[in-house]
Amino acid sequence: MAYVALRSVRKRYSDKEILKGVSIDIQRGELISIVGPSGSGKTTLLRLIDGLDFPDSGEIFIDGIKLTMENAPKLRKKVGMVFQNPVLFDASVYDNVAFSLKFRGLPDDLIRQRVEAALNLVMLNDLAKRSALTLSGGEAQRVALARALVYDPELILLDEPTANLDPANVLIIEGALREANLQEKTVVLVTHNIFQAKRLANRVALLLEGEMVEVQETESFFNRPLDPRTRRFIDGDLVY
Amino acid sequence: MWCDSMGWIEIFLDGISEAFGLILSSDAEILGIAALSLKVSMIATLLGAAFGVPLGFLIASRSFYGRSLTIAVINTFMGIPPVVVGLAVYLLLSSSGPLGFLSILYTPQAMILAQTLLTFPVVCGLTVSSILALDQRLKETLQSLSAPKLWEAFILLRESRIGLITAVIAAFGAAISEVGAIMMVGGNILGYTRALTTAIMLYTNTGEFALAIALGIILLLLSFGVNLALTILQMRYRKKR
Ligand SMILES: Nc1ncnc2c1ncn2[C@@H]1O[C@H](COP(=O)(O)OP(=O)(O)OP(=O)(O)O)[C@@H](O)[C@H]1O
Ligand SMILES: [Mg+2]
Repeated sequence: MAYVALRSVRKRYSDKEILKGVSIDIQRGELISIVGPSGSGKTTLLRLIDGLDFPDSGEIFIDGIKLTMENAPKLRKKVGMVFQNPVLFDASVYDNVAFSLKFRGLPDDLIRQRVEAALNLVMLNDLAKRSALTLSGGEAQRVALARALVYDPELILLDEPTANLDPANVLIIEGALREANLQEKTVVLVTHNIFQAKRLANRVALLLEGEMVEVQETESFFNRPLDPRTRRFIDGDLVY
Repeated sequence: MWCDSMGWIEIFLDGISEAFGLILSSDAEILGIAALSLKVSMIATLLGAAFGVPLGFLIASRSFYGRSLTIAVINTFMGIPPVVVGLAVYLLLSSSGPLGFLSILYTPQAMILAQTLLTFPVVCGLTVSSILALDQRLKETLQSLSAPKLWEAFILLRESRIGLITAVIAAFGAAISEVGAIMMVGGNILGYTRALTTAIMLYTNTGEFALAIALGIILLLLSFGVNLALTILQMRYRKKR
């Protein structure tokens, strides 16, 4: 079975059905990119995988275990999430990243080692002592990534981690994601940017109005899409 | 009466000079009254915070049936008249009351108990509102990092610390300035339960205006000192934003 498996997942908020029976298999160690227009349900999908919210019907399996309200806290320990608009704690950059290691009970010297490695990955070691609330948007986004990577999750969920960032910041974050992917981590990257998907992903999935329209190897997704809607999305003809 | 022959400005100025005279001469009686006021109100504020912050946090961060009603009740109690609290505590502590066996009516302990009942809803209500005002994404972030409940509480309380200090300031203000509750359960006994506010009331009634004004000034200065310390703390936290 796939590392993450969604089976006919449906989710509605009040009167609107956001996810209309989404099924997808995400393999261990792959970097899959989920693309789709604004409002298509990408964030909702990530939140369900992280067990922050639950489907109305359908099932989600993580590593073969069915995700439920009861086991979500346990399953989530192996999952790292970077939110679309991350909030940092009112503390130093270092403490933001170290936080999850402290309650995991790691010894101080190991915490220091791991935090330094995580900050190195996003090239923020110089800012370790800075108050996180004084950071620029790009720096804050990188801290959020370091914070989600530092406890070595097997599965990493990223919601538009480079939206509104300049090329230098994008490069740093994409580098960190490549590195995570090289370490056999499973990465789910939600992005608006199809070029980013092209650069990074092993596979790409298109979510349109709550429906999983197409999931393919990156090369095929862009060159030989099976669904006409994918072609229109890639060509930018799909108005949204 | 001497006050009839004197203008209010003279009384006032006389009071001020007498106040500083008393403060500078560290009159034992005045010092005792001021110290008791400060002690009772500070302990009541600390106790109110010790119960009010955790309960306020729980109410704000859990969803349960009747939550809005609970919050409305607490907010109502934030404005409860001190005499009503005094009456309730009096009835509780009177020899025939349920807590009569404690025999603490007309003691500083009774005053602390009464003022704690005043400070508790203030701290609790303001804690609820400052936790509710936090960015909802903070909680979700903590959840996604798998933070245990206590760590989550620690971070959320830390994030709302400016509001919590406001809660403590408001609670201390309510305690140090009230007269009704401590009058009823303390009895204004000289050298034992006489506090600044009850003394001011007494000396005003007996026409000793200069002394009353002196005590009023001391009350303001004490209150100012405590608030200054808390405000400095608050501003230090705000600087980082
Ligand atoms: N808690 C909620 N209550 C009501 N509606 C919601 C809620 N969360 C999301 N929605 C709605 O669900 C739809 C999908 O939202 P979602 O955030 O998943 O979209 P998205 O694909 O991530 O969009 P974007 O690319 O703009 O971030 C939107 O129309 C949104 O308004
Ligand atoms: Mg989104």
